[in-house]
Amino acid sequence: MELFTNQVLAGIATGAIYACMALAVVMIYQAIDHLNFAQGEMAMFSTFISWQLMQWGVPYWAAFIITLAFSFVAGIAIERILFKPLAKAPVLTNVAGFIALFAIINSSAGLIWDFTIKQYPTPFGSAPFLGSQLISTHQAGMIGVTVLLLLGLYFFFQYTRIGLAMRAAASVPESARLVGINTSWMIALGWGMATAIGSIAGMLIAPVVFLEPNMMGGVLIYGFAAAVLGGLTSPFGAVVGGFLVGIFENLAGTYIPGVGNELKLPIALALIISVLVVKPAGLFGRHIVKRV
Amino acid sequence: MSAAEEVVAEGHEAVEAVPKRAMTLGTGTSLVVLAALIIAPVFVKNFIIFQMTMLLIYGLAVLALNILTGGSGQFSLGQSAFYAVGAYTTAVLMEHFNVNYALTLPIAGVVCFGFGFLFGQPALRLSGVYLALATFALATAMPQLLKLNFLEHWTGGVQGLVVTKPDAPFGLKMSQDMWLYYFTLVVTIAIYIFAVNLLRSRSGRAFMAIRDNEIAASAMGVDVALYKTLAFGVSAAITGIAGSLGAIAVQFVAPDSYTITLAISLFLGMVVGGVGWLPGSIVGAAFIIFVPNIAEGISKGLSGAVFGVLLFLVIYLVPHGARQVAILGQQLAGKLRKN
Repeated sequence: MELFTNQVLAGIATGAIYACMALAVVMIYQAIDHLNFAQGEMAMFSTFISWQLMQWGVPYWAAFIITLAFSFVAGIAIERILFKPLAKAPVLTNVAGFIALFAIINSSAGLIWDFTIKQYPTPFGSAPFLGSQLISTHQAGMIGVTVLLLLGLYFFFQYTRIGLAMRAAASVPESARLVGINTSWMIALGWGMATAIGSIAGMLIAPVVFLEPNMMGGVLIYGFAAAVLGGLTSPFGAVVGGFLVGIFENLAGTYIPGVGNELKLPIALALIISVLVVKPAGLFGRHIVKRV
Repeated sequence: MSAAEEVVAEGHEAVEAVPKRAMTLGTGTSLVVLAALIIAPVFVKNFIIFQMTMLLIYGLAVLALNILTGGSGQFSLGQSAFYAVGAYTTAVLMEHFNVNYALTLPIAGVVCFGFGFLFGQPALRLSGVYLALATFALATAMPQLLKLNFLEHWTGGVQGLVVTKPDAPFGLKMSQDMWLYYFTLVVTIAIYIFAVNLLRSRSGRAFMAIRDNEIAASAMGVDVALYKTLAFGVSAAITGIAGSLGAIAVQFVAPDSYTITLAISLFLGMVVGGVGWLPGSIVGAAFIIFVPNIAEGISKGLSGAVFGVLLFLVIYLVPHGARQVAILGQQLAGKLRKN
């Protein structure tokens, strides 16, 4: 029983990271109807920035804040410069654009910081949390930061004018434009926020998976799995999906024989495909209707 | 259902429609290219012959993706998985069962056809980004599947398998590389002719009808489900044959040669060569073989960045890839002739 509780709690901790990635993916998907395949690489690059700042002697939380600001601006810049011109292009062109972005970021991170694996510090320490052997303080910290972030986002989208405008621009762009919302800038804002959320995920998971240019590969696939499970059209669903996928991953790894770390990615693949086949809209997503 | 819930990607077509006649080269040009491909190896060193073989092999893989995307309008970021299955089929058959290398090709083709057809079943319900996502996950998961413990006896696990390069038959005085080049060339030409004819046939028209408007196609009596999975199967089969040839040419298969990077390269090759333009496949293949070499020469680790930047330039400046360049060239030549 203790093993079970332990695995569930560990699952919630990694699930927090998947929830952040899924949320970032869903925010961009809501804004422009495309999946950002470069989301993981953007998060990885932000994490490297924070690492570099810390190497220069900036304290952890200061580096954290500066990285958030940097990611926000970088996200907006990427949207304005690279993807705004592609808004009307076919899906294929957009996918190609995201793949190109993936390659550019991955390779330039390798070029600047090289491909060796680096230690990444945690501000929470790794002692057992509250004296219990179930989870470490870092895992508790991951959950705590994510919950704070989600609460913040919830209040932002529910109770601020700009949050309302962003929701309007995402769901009915034409009408939003008629009431005077600058939908184009709302998309850019969505990109900035998604990039910042992704960078939080990167900085929290880096002490676990270690820092290197390919660190986010697995995390991104699980983020996608979470987003698909929760429904690509529902930010709330993405978060729930993230936690569920995290728990599922840990339990499957512990209890199904033969499924260890080496089958991590095939499990995500199986999950994505089964959700898409059985319930394409996900748990909380809107059903998609095709207009003839 | 309120209006707000019906916002579906309107005006977001999957792939731009390419007219059927614009998909191939004229007979004259084809013959010139063919002659060049036959004569060239006589004059160059073995290493360059090897690179030309790889060019044809990647050309085949890009062609396969072109049939799927340019023909039937479905995406795949997972071609590396089919390539890997083909390569492993050949390697296992040659090394464990001593099957002749030429015989492994059709077997790899059939195995991959089955694999692609089966993967096409769930993929049927997906389109656009969802399909890109599912195939992306397939490509990421493939190396881990190949490393599985209980398959290790056959696949050699992380170490992979070494494949013996065949000698030229009938006592021909030809280096192994040159023989393999001509062997690959024959296979490539056969598949190219097959692909051209496939797209001109009833099935090809069904593919294109689905690409341009799925609902209209089904209203006209096209069995959408069948043809979509069929396109996946054919594409996987050709990719698998390319994978087999690749395994023989490189003499080695290992899980980490078939990562998502390979899938991305093939996708890139298709975009650069022009989606739906079959001869562009070879242009795209040349791009994905030679550009990384040049980039690595400038600085190690730079190839991804160069790839990415060039890809952006292509989608902004020449969204139809090499096809657009070829058409521009033709028009220019036409003008010069008039003057």
